[in-house]
Amino acid sequence: MKTTGMDPNQNQTIIRLRGVTKVYGRGSAAMHALKGIDMDIRQGEFVAVMGPSGSGKSTVMNILGCLDTPTRGQYFFYGMDVGKLTRDQRALLRRHYLGFVFQGFNLLNRTSALENVELPLIYRGTPVAKRRKLAVEALAAVGLSAWESHTPGELSGGQQQRVAIARAIVAHPRVLLADEPTGNLDSSRSREIMELISAFNRELGLTIIMVTHETSMAAYAGRRIHFMDGLIDNGGEQKGAL
Amino acid sequence: MLWETFLLAQREIRRNVLRSSLTILGIVIGVAAVITMVTLGSGATAKVTADISNLGSNMLMLRPGQGFHGPGGARSSAPMFKTDDAEAIARDISGLAAVAPLSSKMTQTIYGSRNWSTSVIGTTDDFVKVRNWPLESGRLFTEGEMRAGKTVCVLGATVKKELFGGQDPLGISIRLRKLSCQVIGVLQPKGQTSFGTDQDDLVLIPMRAFQRRIAGNTDVKTIYVSAEDGISTEKVKKAIETLMRERRHIPIGDESNFHVRDMKEIMDTLTNSTRVLTALLAAIAAVSLLVGGIGIMNIMLVSVTERTREIGIRLAIGAREREVLMQFLVEAVVLSSFGGLAGIALGLAAAAAGAQALNVPFIFNIKIVLIAFLFSAAVGVIFGYFPARKAARLDPIEALRHE
Ligand SMILES: Nc1ncnc2c1ncn2[C@@H]1O[C@H](COP(=O)(O)OP(=O)(O)OP(=O)(O)O)[C@@H](O)[C@H]1O
Ligand SMILES: [Mg+2]
Repeated sequence: MKTTGMDPNQNQTIIRLRGVTKVYGRGSAAMHALKGIDMDIRQGEFVAVMGPSGSGKSTVMNILGCLDTPTRGQYFFYGMDVGKLTRDQRALLRRHYLGFVFQGFNLLNRTSALENVELPLIYRGTPVAKRRKLAVEALAAVGLSAWESHTPGELSGGQQQRVAIARAIVAHPRVLLADEPTGNLDSSRSREIMELISAFNRELGLTIIMVTHETSMAAYAGRRIHFMDGLIDNGGEQKGAL
Repeated sequence: MLWETFLLAQREIRRNVLRSSLTILGIVIGVAAVITMVTLGSGATAKVTADISNLGSNMLMLRPGQGFHGPGGARSSAPMFKTDDAEAIARDISGLAAVAPLSSKMTQTIYGSRNWSTSVIGTTDDFVKVRNWPLESGRLFTEGEMRAGKTVCVLGATVKKELFGGQDPLGISIRLRKLSCQVIGVLQPKGQTSFGTDQDDLVLIPMRAFQRRIAGNTDVKTIYVSAEDGISTEKVKKAIETLMRERRHIPIGDESNFHVRDMKEIMDTLTNSTRVLTALLAAIAAVSLLVGGIGIMNIMLVSVTERTREIGIRLAIGAREREVLMQFLVEAVVLSSFGGLAGIALGLAAAAAGAQALNVPFIFNIKIVLIAFLFSAAVGVIFGYFPARKAARLDPIEALRHE
């Protein structure tokens, strides 16, 4: 895979959260999942998001992925105020700049691995032949060349996760958001996935934000952000070198 | 992009074979049922209409009494016609092609060891003109035979078959109960009416012979009149009414004790009953269309959870609301059209087979085909599209979480 022509400015802050809160429900049943988050991510960073279950990791990832909207606060993506974008503009942002790996795969059922990986390219309007070629390459990159025609039901959890990763990177996004990509995998499978992801970061300069519970997985990242009860635990944030 | 969407939709249809075929099945059944029922219904109506115009479209019918009651109806108090009534009509009213007096009685006919109960009709040779009914063989009554009341007879095709089989009956004498009668002609077969009565089950004899030898009176039960081509039956009807009121000495202002019907009225009476039948069939068909629609609805609603998740995935990957909706719309339209076409084919085939079996004409009614098709398509599209629209308006994460 060739290196994408990314912005060479490695220090540009591409993601900026300011005072982001998320409240589920209302009144006495209100659940404050995020209580005011400030976060900066620079171009080409590999960040691990950690924290106990229920601390708001998935919530913040969904907001970063433009899948969900914050209750309050601002989200700047490449300087754009995402809160001011229309639904369609946010869809285009997801389409062209973001790749998402979900905690639960979220592949299309009864649809072959290859077709699942092709999906983002369809919406990008990539011509059929090129689409096929890119999808084949992406599946090869995650080591699933032999499984192109298998449907999710015929794949193991680790294989499904790799299909999901191939789908997330096939359109060459600027940012890869991965919510516990190794959560369902054994440790050797997890290491394979982590090698794969960190290779994208190293070789393509892909900015990666990854949620994980395990310190061994977080070790692949350049920086860790700790969540605690809907807030970033500043004492725990370790600014490692890139 | 539209072609792309179309490909996507048809791939999606093939991927969900069970859901797709159940949806299609609902549409197919609904459309086919409506088309079959309505086609057969209008075929039956057309058959009745054809039967009646077969009687002669410019025919009028006089009967004693009020209203149209058919044989044995409430007309006992009104006096019967006489032969000279028919003669007076023929003489005094212009523009008539034929006037046939008619009386009938169920009578046992006997030839050799065979016997057959049939309607023996006393009339004149004008009967075949009025009824537009050619002879198969032999001849009609002569003037002399009618005047003298000779016992000669013309057989309907059914009577000929029952008494003679394949044998030629001309010149042979049969018995009408005790009356011996020579066969001089055979009528061409007319077949059944749409109500299943056999029109060929009759024997014609001269009116005078019928009155003297069978009925034992000089009554005429019915007078058939046919107007010449281009003469308004309305005018003829008026003229006959005036003449008959005069002959029966009915004071001005009193109601007539007879009635004159033209074919239009008779046709209206009969087609009304087939219209009721058609409406009934259409109602049954509408119910099956509705059931088909509910079937489609159920399939669509059951798959909403799965579809909502799918929509969530597509949105998360960067599809815009309208792209997702376009896909689902195209999918619903493709499915519905396919089911609709299959339903039309099946419905027409069933209607053609049914028309053959029931011996009614096959009448293609494009309006019904379109209505049935559009209804099912609308059901498919509405229930395929609106749940999808609801899902596509969610935040992607909401759609993904859908249980
Ligand atoms: N749709 C929702 N409705 C109500 N509460 C929610 C919803 N989604 C998340 N929450 C709540 O918000 C809080 C944060 O949830 P979140 O999914 O972000 O946790 P997490 O850090 O990802 O946990 P885990 O490590 O278990 O995935 C939790 O208390 C959760 O119960
Ligand atoms: Mg989570």
